[in-house]
Formats: sequence, structure tokens, C-alpha cells
Amino acid sequence: MKFRKTMAMAFAALALSGPAVTAREAGLSGEVRVGELNSYSTLPSFTEPYRKGWQLAVEEVNATGGVNGKKLTVISRDDGGKPAEALTVANELLSREKADMLVGAFFSNVGLALSDFAKQKKIVYLAAEPLTDAMVWSQGNPYTFRLRASNYMQARMLAEEAAKLPAKRWAVIAPNYEYGQSAVAVFKKLLSEKRPDIEWVAEQWPPQGKIDAGPVTQAIAAAKPEAILNVMFGPDLVKLVREGNARGLFKDRAVVSFLTGEPEYLDPLKDEAPVGWIVTGYPWYDIKTPEHAAFLKAYQERFNDYPRLGSIIGYSAMHAAAAMLRKAGSTDASKLIEAGRGLSLTTPFGPVTFRPADHQSTMGAFVGVTGVRDGKGVMINPAYRKGEDYLPSEADAAKMRPAGN
Amino acid sequence: MSFWIAQFLTGLASAASLFLVASGLSIIFGVTRVVNFAHGAFYMVGAYVAWSLTERLSGAFGWWGGVLLAAAAVAALGALAEILVLRRIYQAPELFQLLATFGLTLVAADLVVMLWGPDELVGRRAPGFTGSIALFDQMIPAWDLFLIALGPVALGLLWLLFNRTRFGVLVRAATQDREMAAALGVNEKWLFTGVFALGVFLAALAGALQLPRESVNHHMDLRIIVDAFVVVVIGGLGSITGAFVAALLVAQLNAFGILLFPKISLVIIFLVMAAVLAVRPWGLLGRPDVAQRPPAATSARPWRPLGGAGRLAMAALVLAAAALPFVSGDYLVIAATETLIFAILAVSLHVLLSVAGVASFGHAAFFGLGAYGVALAVKGLGLGMGAALALAPLVGLVGAGLFALAAARLSGVYLAMLTLAFAQILWSIAFQWVEVTGGDNGVLGLWPAGFAAQPAGFYWLTLGLAVLVIGVSRVIMFSPFGYGLRGARDEARRAASIGVSPGLMRWCAFAIAGTGAAVAGALFAFLKGSVFPDTLAIPVSVDSLVMVLLGGVQTTLGPLAGAVAYKALSIWLLSQTQWSKLALGLVILAVVLAFPRGLVGVVNQWRDRWLTQRRPGHGEPP
Repeated sequence: MKFRKTMAMAFAALALSGPAVTAREAGLSGEVRVGELNSYSTLPSFTEPYRKGWQLAVEEVNATGGVNGKKLTVISRDDGGKPAEALTVANELLSREKADMLVGAFFSNVGLALSDFAKQKKIVYLAAEPLTDAMVWSQGNPYTFRLRASNYMQARMLAEEAAKLPAKRWAVIAPNYEYGQSAVAVFKKLLSEKRPDIEWVAEQWPPQGKIDAGPVTQAIAAAKPEAILNVMFGPDLVKLVREGNARGLFKDRAVVSFLTGEPEYLDPLKDEAPVGWIVTGYPWYDIKTPEHAAFLKAYQERFNDYPRLGSIIGYSAMHAAAAMLRKAGSTDASKLIEAGRGLSLTTPFGPVTFRPADHQSTMGAFVGVTGVRDGKGVMINPAYRKGEDYLPSEADAAKMRPAGN
Repeated sequence: MSFWIAQFLTGLASAASLFLVASGLSIIFGVTRVVNFAHGAFYMVGAYVAWSLTERLSGAFGWWGGVLLAAAAVAALGALAEILVLRRIYQAPELFQLLATFGLTLVAADLVVMLWGPDELVGRRAPGFTGSIALFDQMIPAWDLFLIALGPVALGLLWLLFNRTRFGVLVRAATQDREMAAALGVNEKWLFTGVFALGVFLAALAGALQLPRESVNHHMDLRIIVDAFVVVVIGGLGSITGAFVAALLVAQLNAFGILLFPKISLVIIFLVMAAVLAVRPWGLLGRPDVAQRPPAATSARPWRPLGGAGRLAMAALVLAAAALPFVSGDYLVIAATETLIFAILAVSLHVLLSVAGVASFGHAAFFGLGAYGVALAVKGLGLGMGAALALAPLVGLVGAGLFALAAARLSGVYLAMLTLAFAQILWSIAFQWVEVTGGDNGVLGLWPAGFAAQPAGFYWLTLGLAVLVIGVSRVIMFSPFGYGLRGARDEARRAASIGVSPGLMRWCAFAIAGTGAAVAGALFAFLKGSVFPDTLAIPVSVDSLVMVLLGGVQTTLGPLAGAVAYKALSIWLLSQTQWSKLALGLVILAVVLAFPRGLVGVVNQWRDRWLTQRRPGHGEPP
């Protein structure tokens, strides 16, 4: 059924011919248009729940009066998972679809390309998921805002936990690209500051998506570390966990792991999920706050499925965009930037604020320990870490941004 | 000591998986000469089908039966694809089949997500091989031991098949001389189908046997295909034993290489290929006589420059293109700019592929050199747009010139794969050298200045350069030098005997193609305002090849038509549907089946037929 429906949709989309359908009728002043783009074809496991999340948000916004009485319309596109393709799409959203602002992206390089595009074209871009610190700091610009708890924030949360461990000999497994490199660099720096007695004994940098898990596992084990930092995720994580378990790599060793508690990455492992890892993630089953309970109920009623982290990001990003547009009372970029600076809203994770100095939101993350419950991987005793506690001060953050931004 | 043994065994296990995929690819290429880009797709589909079957069938028999059944089912699917698609196009120019299998890959990539959903799937472990065994106080997964045994067993079975059965004798005969085998009454059709199905079976089996180790996901296809092809080339095309040795070499060098250089995995396989081809230009166990076929572009009908009417038509086309910004919005202008840039890229590859008869799987190298040349000129040297645009093509020229010197001994698919290795090594440099290139976060802020800051201005600039590059390439094509290129392509010995050095011709072709591609890359950098390692990555190489093949490799205007059709279609589809790969794949398959000589090739064919009918008595077109 699902297949037939999607096929029908695909062919319907093909059959529709160009301009008559996509060209925007002039004079639709009764709506506010948000251009949304994400890696739907490249990373569907994250972006499908993400799409459901923002769809729910749009329905909620429009059911409660829209944006200052205007209907919130979202024009959504696939960004192809590549910066160059994303820019083509962004151009379309901007010049043909007349989007008032842009929202979205998953990959850091796509996000950075869009943020530079936003600066060039003077349009506001709200980055939903990209984690790179460059987005708001070294490459920051006034037009770009970022929702998700960044690489630095998550590294700091994990480093805080790691410092409490007795382990002194640490090994690192991380994907060989910017995300992995900067996650490791920040984590190392923060942990070594707290614990000068720590030694870094081994590193492995498999290419993202192509880990040869057996040799990597052996090589790490050979260094006899007491604790391991892991930054692999997705299919690589599955391979690493399976090889590591089979070879006893994780036995009697502490493991600290980025993102592993996100249902997108933890759920596929089922009963083979690692036990006792300290992770960041999204334990939707254990969050008891009223904000989250309301979101969970609405989401499950609407989609008959449980939310993933992508759902939270999509939902919160679209609500944030709506709040920004509402507060600005205009679609003018400078007014939107003014509205975005210091904008506060309530998300399923609680209240968040976009900091005026660096445009980073204070959305936090959950830190917990993995375990297996009813044959499924879960986070045990998760605790929410507020984003503001793990960011450098606004004054320090402002200094990291390029002059004049 | 025990650690080294364990690492060696682990390397053996990795080699076995690699060998299974590569052997299938090698067999298919050896007999049918098809560069089966869809091999990775069959590997992936094998894993998906096996996942579904092993989840449903219970017990040990259920798991093993499911794996074998999956491989057989996918092999049947492969046979079907061969009968429906490939069988119709064996007579098409070499490499054209690559286009068909590329279409199949695109279709498969989206179909698996539709059928199996977006989430990764983790299969059950193999019954009987779930635990680990302690060997010299190192834990080795039992599954690895199974794989270690499987590699030589598979090699042995294939050896028996090819040396002790009639089918095998026929396959070897067809591998060595397919026309002769056909002349002796071997039914080529079914032999090819059988060989293709066998190759696909091996790929699907390899995919299914990944169940206990990794998750099934829709990225598996592209992750394996390039590695598999590199292994085949290192081993020597068509040599199964060679593939085995190559898989072993690559896996062991990786297993031990990461101990010294933890980041080596990214490029090790390409470094090995470059090193092996430098010493043995036909791979470890390959033979020079294999893969000797006329180059793709050899055509019965020599090319001719455009006549007066043709020139007028081209001039009108350029004028019409120049008027575009007056009648359309910014988006269309930007999309048209991108299309023009890729037309330049396709035309530059055409000089190499069609005019000089040298296939390249790594044209992205020169495109990326141009793009990074701009980044370097603007960010490093502080130059303006004009100077950067003038400098960047020189980077492509130098890169192509040096590469062509290094690759002088190679030819055919081996040379094509060495260009791929070159592109991948450049890619990994751009990817790793974060201080200079920004790694995968790229170089930002390369926006054009002055009149070109507006989309229309940049469009005109691009159009001007496109006319220049395409015009120059046509002047070269029809100049005496161009005749030399084509002569060296069609008859290297005769060309050499009249004083035209095929080696020098090829070097020149590389230099010209590299410069042209770099112009495209430089423009691309300014169009996007940024440069990422993607510009050096395999998809750019594949796209450029697809554009030339789609337009018609034996024609002179093919790359232009192919680039416009392919790029415009893919930009449009991306904005229309999430399933753009499926749609694009179906379109490509339709074109392949309907126009096996490419878009322009078919027009030429029609024109010839029309002219022949109009003038009875003139069998040959003028």
C-alpha cells in the first residue's frame, strides 16, 4: 500500500508539467512563504520523521491563526545531499518560489553553503540540523540562525561525563571528515582541561560510510585503552557495534559516544544495542515534561508512529521560523534578524532562546546511558542538559565570529 | 604476535567479501565487455531481499536458504535486465552499456527506499556462526572464519566451473575472442545472459552475506561498486584469480596500513591501484590482448564540419540563448548557467573520449582543479574574478599534463581507471587538507563581482566562455591537428608510420580536455560561491560521462545536446520530486533503448536514411 502510494506520487509529480504548477501566482499577500530544503533522498531515516515534524508544526501554526493572520505556506524541496545541488534548490526557492526565509539542511557542508548563500542574497536562513561550530562562529553571519545543539555543546556535555570516569587511557574512533575531526578536537581539549592526567593512546579514522570494522576494532583493542570515544553513526555504527561486541572490544571499557542515543541510530540495532555507553540522544519514551507529552500525543495521533530526533528538529525549527516571522511582523530580512536575536519559544525540549551574539539557540540535548529494554535499545536515566550551560559566554562567542558580523 | 595474526585473519575476512563482488564484475566484463555500473545495485538488492527472507523464514535452514534464495532471485532479476536492456545494445559503441547500467542503478537506489522504507535494517546473525572463537587470546568472530574459508572455496568452484565444464570453456572462448566464438556457432545471446546472471548471483550473494556484519541500507550500492571495480582492475580485467589476489592485497594493506596511518582507508585502494598500474599496466594477472577493441568513437562515417546552414543555425541558437535573461526570471537563468557549465565539461570530455578515443572515469579531477584553482586564487592570492578565471584553467592544464605523462603506458579501461584513481587522490587531498581547503566544509565566499554579480551578467559571461570553449574545440577537431588526433585514435600504427605520434596526440588531448574542464570548474565555483570536495568526486565524473554518452559518443554535437538534456532534466526533477533518481533512471533507460546511438546519433541516423532514400543510387551518404 505504502509502495503504491509513493509510486503514484512519484509518477504524479513527473506527469505534472513545469511552470503552470510551480510558478507562484502573483499577489498572494495572504500568506507567508517559508522555503524548506533537506536531504530527503540521501538521508530518509532522519528526514522522513523530520518532515512529519514540520508538517505537524505548520498545521498547528495555521490552526491557531497562522502568522499574524496570514497563512504559513512551506515549499519543501530535496537538497540532494550536496552543497552544489542545495544551492540550485535554494535559488529556486528564493527567486521562483519567492520564499521569505529558508529553513533546513542536515549535512554541515550543505548548511555552510546555504548560510553563505543567505548572506550573499540577504535572506534569513534557519539551520535546523547541521552541527558544525563554524556555522555560528568562525563562518557566522547575521543572516544565519541555528537551532540544534552544536558539536561543541554536545562535546562539552559528554566531556563533563567522561571526566567523572576513572579511565586514563583513551582511544578514539571517528569518521574521517570535518564533523568527526571537530567533535574529537573539542572533546579532547575539554576533557584534557578537566583531567590533565589523561593519555590519548590510539586513534582510528575510517572513512564515513565505509568502515572496515574488523581491523579498526582490532587496532583499537591492541592499544589497550580504558575508555573509548566513538563518533561513528548510522551504518558505520552498526558495523562497529557488531564487530566490537564479537571481539570483546567494549567489554570492561567505558565508551562515550556522540548521537548514539538518537532513535535513528539506536533503533536499527535492536537487541544488539550497546549497553552502558554514555551517549547524547533522544529518549522520547522517558521524557515526562508537559511540553513533550503534548508534542508526543499530537505526533502519535497525527502519524501513528513514534517521533525520532528528526521529528523534534523539524517541529521545533518550523515553530521557530513561525515565531520569528510573527515577532518581526514583516518578511523584511533586517526585521527578521532583529526578531530572531533573543527570540524565545517553547519546544518539546523546553524553552529555548536564540542568543543575540551568535544566533545559536539554547536547545539542549539529553545525556544518558544506553541499555536494552524489551529487545530494544534505549537510554537509561536520561537527563536534559540545557544548551545555555554548555555554550561559551556570548561575549566570547562574539569574538569568534568574523569581524563585522 | 597474536595481534598480528588476528589482524591478518581479519584482513582475510574483508578480502573474501570484496572478492565475491569483484569476481562477478570481472566475469561480466571479461565476456560481455560491459562496465556493469549496476553491480553495486545488485549487491544491495541481494542484501535487501535476503533480509526480508531471513526475517520470514525460521530456523537454520531458513537463514541459509533465505540467503541462497535471495541470491538466486536477484540473479533472475539480473538476467531479466540483461535480456530486456543490455541485449539490445551490445552493438552500440563501447561504454554505452555503462549508461544503461547507470540508469538501472538510479532506479534501484530509489526503489529500495520505496519498498523497504528509509530506516537501516539489521539482519539476524547466521545460525551456527553467532559467537566468537578465541585464537591466541584474540577473539575472532566465527562469521569471519566462515568468510575466510568462503573466499578460496568460491575461487575453487569458479575455477572448476571455467575449466571443467562446457559452459566454462565457452565463456573462456568468448572472453578471448567473442566474434570467433560466435562464428563457431556458440549461441552468444544465452551465453551472455548466463554469464551476466552468474555475475549478478555472486554480487547478490556477497550482499546477502553482509547481513551478519552490517546493516542493510540504500547507500550500499555506491559504497561497493567503485571498490569492486578497482579490485578487478588491480587484478587484471577478466582474471578471477587476479581479482582474488587483488582483494587480498587491498584488504591486508588496509588492515595493516591503518596501524601506521589511521586515516589511510580513504585512499588506500586507489594508491594501490596507481602503484600496481605503474608497474603492470594490465593489472597483476591481466593480459595485454584482453580489452583490445576499437575505441568508442570509431565511426563508419567520418565527421564533417557544419555547413553554411548548420553555422547559421548555431548562431541563431547562441543569439536565442543570449536573449534568455530578457524573458525569464532569475531562477531559470541560474539553472541555464549551470547547464552551460556542464556543457563545457561534457565538450571537454568529448575531446578526450570521442576525438582522441581515450576513456576517462575521472574527469572530475580537472573540473575540481579548476574550482579549487579559483578558491586558491581568490582566497590565497587575493585575486579578483577575472584573474582567477584566467588562472584556474592553467591549474587544469598543468594537472592534466602531468597526469598524462604519468599515464603514458596505459590504455583502455586501465587508463580510464587510473584517471579515476587520480581524481580520487585529489579528492582525498581536498578532503583531508583542512587548513588549506577547509575539508568537506569547503571554501566559502567566492561570489562573482561587478557586472557578473547579477545572475544575468554571470550567465552572459558563462555563455561567452561556453561559445569560446566549444568553438575552439570544434576548430581543433577539424584542423589538421584534429585529423591527427582522430588518425591516432583509429589507426595508431598507421598514424605513427606517417609521423603522427599517438603518444603525443594523447598527451595533447589530455591537456586540452583538462583545460576545458577546468574552465567549467572555475565557472562552477563562482556560480555556487563556494567550492567543496564534491567537485572532485566520482558523481561529477559519472555525470560528465553520462552526458557525452547520452548525446552520442560518435557525433560532434552530442555532448552539447547530452549535457543540456541531462542537466536540465536533473535540475528540474530535483525540484519536482523526492524520487528524482528513479525518474532520471527511467528516462535514461528509455533513451538507451530508443536511441542506442545517443540523442544526436539518432538524428544523424535519420538524416542519413532520409538522404539515402532521396537519392537512389547513392548507397553511401555524402
